[in-house]
Amino acid sequence: MSDPVLAVDGLSIAFQTRRGPLPAVRDLSFSVGRGEMLAIVGESGCGKSLTALALLGLVPPPGRVTGGTVRLEGRDLLALDEAALRHVRGARISMIFQEPMTALNPVLTVGEQIMEAILEHEPVSRKAARERTLALLERVRIPDPARRFAEYPHRMSGGMRQRVMIAMALAGAPAVLVADEPTTALDVTIQAQILSLIDELRREQGTAVVFITHDLGVVSRYVDRVLVMYAGRKVEERDTRDLFADPFHPYTKGLIAAQPRGLAARPQAGPGPAGVARERLTEIPGTVPALAAMPPGCAFAPRCPLADDRCVRTVPPPRPAGSGLVACHHAGESHAI
Amino acid sequence: MRSDTATPVLSVSGLSVDYGTARGVVHALDDVSFDLAPGETLGIVGESGCGKSTLARAIVRLTDPSAGTIRLGEKDITHASRRDLRAARRDIQMVLQDPAASLDPRWTVGELLAEPLAIHRIGSRADRRGRVADLLRKVGLPPEAAGRRPHEFSGGQRQRIGIARALALEPKIVVLDEPVSALDVSVQAQILNLLTDLQRTLGVSFLFIGHDLSVVEYISDRVAVMYLGRIVELGDRDSLWRRPAHPYTRALLDAAPRIDGPAAPAGPGLTGDTPSPYDLPPGCRFHTRCPNATDLCRHEAPATRELSPGHLVACHFPDTGAEPSSSARFGSGI
Amino acid sequence: MARTDTASLPPTRTDFRDRAVGRLLRRPSALVGLILLAGILAMAAFADVAFPGDPLDMAGSPLLRPGDAAEFPLGTDMMGRDLASGIFHGARVSLLIGGVAALVSLVIGIGIGALSGYYGGRVDRALMRVTELFQTIPPFLFTLALVAILQPSIATITTAIGITSWSGLARLVRAEVLRLRNSELAQASIILGASDARIIFLHILPNALAPVIVSASILVATAILTESSLSFLGLGDPNVVSWGGMVGAGRETIRTDPHVAAIPGVAIVIAVLALNLLGDGLNDVLNGKGERR
Repeated sequence: MSDPVLAVDGLSIAFQTRRGPLPAVRDLSFSVGRGEMLAIVGESGCGKSLTALALLGLVPPPGRVTGGTVRLEGRDLLALDEAALRHVRGARISMIFQEPMTALNPVLTVGEQIMEAILEHEPVSRKAARERTLALLERVRIPDPARRFAEYPHRMSGGMRQRVMIAMALAGAPAVLVADEPTTALDVTIQAQILSLIDELRREQGTAVVFITHDLGVVSRYVDRVLVMYAGRKVEERDTRDLFADPFHPYTKGLIAAQPRGLAARPQAGPGPAGVARERLTEIPGTVPALAAMPPGCAFAPRCPLADDRCVRTVPPPRPAGSGLVACHHAGESHAI
Repeated sequence: MRSDTATPVLSVSGLSVDYGTARGVVHALDDVSFDLAPGETLGIVGESGCGKSTLARAIVRLTDPSAGTIRLGEKDITHASRRDLRAARRDIQMVLQDPAASLDPRWTVGELLAEPLAIHRIGSRADRRGRVADLLRKVGLPPEAAGRRPHEFSGGQRQRIGIARALALEPKIVVLDEPVSALDVSVQAQILNLLTDLQRTLGVSFLFIGHDLSVVEYISDRVAVMYLGRIVELGDRDSLWRRPAHPYTRALLDAAPRIDGPAAPAGPGLTGDTPSPYDLPPGCRFHTRCPNATDLCRHEAPATRELSPGHLVACHFPDTGAEPSSSARFGSGI
Repeated sequence: MARTDTASLPPTRTDFRDRAVGRLLRRPSALVGLILLAGILAMAAFADVAFPGDPLDMAGSPLLRPGDAAEFPLGTDMMGRDLASGIFHGARVSLLIGGVAALVSLVIGIGIGALSGYYGGRVDRALMRVTELFQTIPPFLFTLALVAILQPSIATITTAIGITSWSGLARLVRAEVLRLRNSELAQASIILGASDARIIFLHILPNALAPVIVSASILVATAILTESSLSFLGLGDPNVVSWGGMVGAGRETIRTDPHVAAIPGVAIVIAVLALNLLGDGLNDVLNGKGERR
């Protein structure tokens, strides 16, 4: 791959508490190339949203970045001061959130807000900014942009608001778009529209996309590469196709197996209703360990069918496997389960 | 309506719910009919505003219907008095979406599970303690859980408590309103397995409300697809997934990506938003987003018709064609 | 048979209430409020032991200053009454009136608020009109008028304060009950077939209590202030000593012997301050502000 647009190396984030720092993301490294879509997947509490915020220097207290670098086009964002960061945010890297309503200003029209985003970063006239705004609204497929320009966010549907957020994020033509669960609050037919829009934008404009999600189905359809996080660490990173065809890490295997299977997995013409044969889903026993009670070795060991002494004692380092990396002592043999 | 002859435990007919609001009247539910057989799971699926939650609330009489009937077995509870309802509630229970919000944080789990029995004056205190232990075992929680309060449990464990509470009265029907939507995938699998096991051992019927198609597909024997207050298609799970007849059902199935599904959507997908329930389109409510809409659809609401035994659709031009080639729909999975 | 959830339960945490008390005690301002209040309660409890006899009787020479005579540590007023004895016995009256008046107002406020919020509709509209009526009349003038008509006594003063101070509380309770009535908590109970009384008393009110407890401490403080003001204006119960009455009695000598009015004045300030500090602390702890986890 050519030079990555965004390269994260050894990123660590901890919550500062009365009882000392509580690590939430540990030693996380990944990179994204131009026009590439990387998904960070994991269950709630795995640190994926915190990672997304760290990419823009937005980790909220009591969280703090405790180590590592986030290089955007060669420049380490974590070394920048707030003023310099503001310059980069929105211009070179922007973000969209799960609930656009929280990120939009309720007392300004959507047009004004997008214009502000443009004027913030470029010395253009208001007239030019207005033109650009209308073009952006059209770009994100908002019907009747001139009318929508003057509308307030609360008058719009969830899908429309997310389009406005995307238009705003694109105002500075950023190199990287971070999308934190952008469709989780939307209906599936609207989700499909928004995801195709993001997909199309990165193909046409070469924007690199870091896509935070818990939905493996969405990942399988739209994403090039997947990074699976568990309890603050990367456990596997693979090309999407390979990951779903042959997951290496027992946690990834568990996640995929826990998904209800579709029609293709069922025998043709099952018995009548009320007697449908239902295959049991594969459960991952137990729950994610609490931050304050992280095991010393592999965090997945307490739930893992393969765990042995080594897993309990030492954290497995990520090592190359297939098209990516896996952090498991048993990765080679894990085909057995 | 269904091929087997078992008397339905629940029979809903022509059910409508209107809300008066400051912005006008909302027809949240319009002429909905279906039966639920003993031991069966009927899935109700649709997007926000389709009326699936209103339907659930109307069936347990949290909301008053404006037309139609709801029968529990032989008994019409559509307009039952509070007194009559109290007795009826032993037969129909509900699991709410957010157990954290529906379990009183001040009560212990033991107290919460004994409450339904106390309300209906079932058993002595000692009997109830035994029942609580039994319920906890049924939903896979240790007996010590009885002494803890809800906030001490994880989301999945709390949902187990919610399920145990709904089962305390040994109902014939449990309405499940998005019971796994707030849970992580691995925990979701635990709860779905639990529900399947409980149904097998207790013979209870489920009405499963959901928006996640793969979950509804997994748990349901039959599925009803709703759009803007109406059932647009109803049929057994496999015929619905193999031969969706309503264009909305097809779009819904196409739009939801799944790991063992096709890498790209089969069709172009739906454009536009769901119309506002305050301002419903005339004719077929789906015509504003339907790729096949004609003048007929714009002016006349389609009647529900039976395509094959048990497979109902409300569309002027249902897709009755052959099953799409497997490569197009699910053969090219990863 | 279901598989057991293999995740072991987390270790038992202490009860919510224990933690609330613990957190309250860790707040310096709330702790100061509690200590001051405990002091005032102790004064009221031991008034007869420390100062036997009627505090309204003449005990020594008039207008002694604090320190003038060892037996009158706080001095005497122009009638020769022991100020220290008055403060101790007055604490009883102030706390009694404050407490009972707050109780009257809590009963009315919670009752009306709960009915209004739970049943809504016509019941709500009727009760809220009555509440608004009470809110539009300035509470102090209303109390003054009631006491003047009914003749001042501890009972009439307490009732009058209680009757005039519940309207804010009723609105607060109504809002909480309305919220909880539409919550999944109440809906879950309705589906189980619970009666209205069970839902209101066992599920809704206990969960609506936090803001009520906070405003109760402020109600007591306000009632103490109101009683003091009435007494100062000469509308106190003439047969008992109260702090407000003592301030009123010291008014005439305020230039020559300010301590006669100042000492009971300080007592009022401390009592009201203590209750307010406690109220703030309770608000932070019960309404979950201030502490993150």
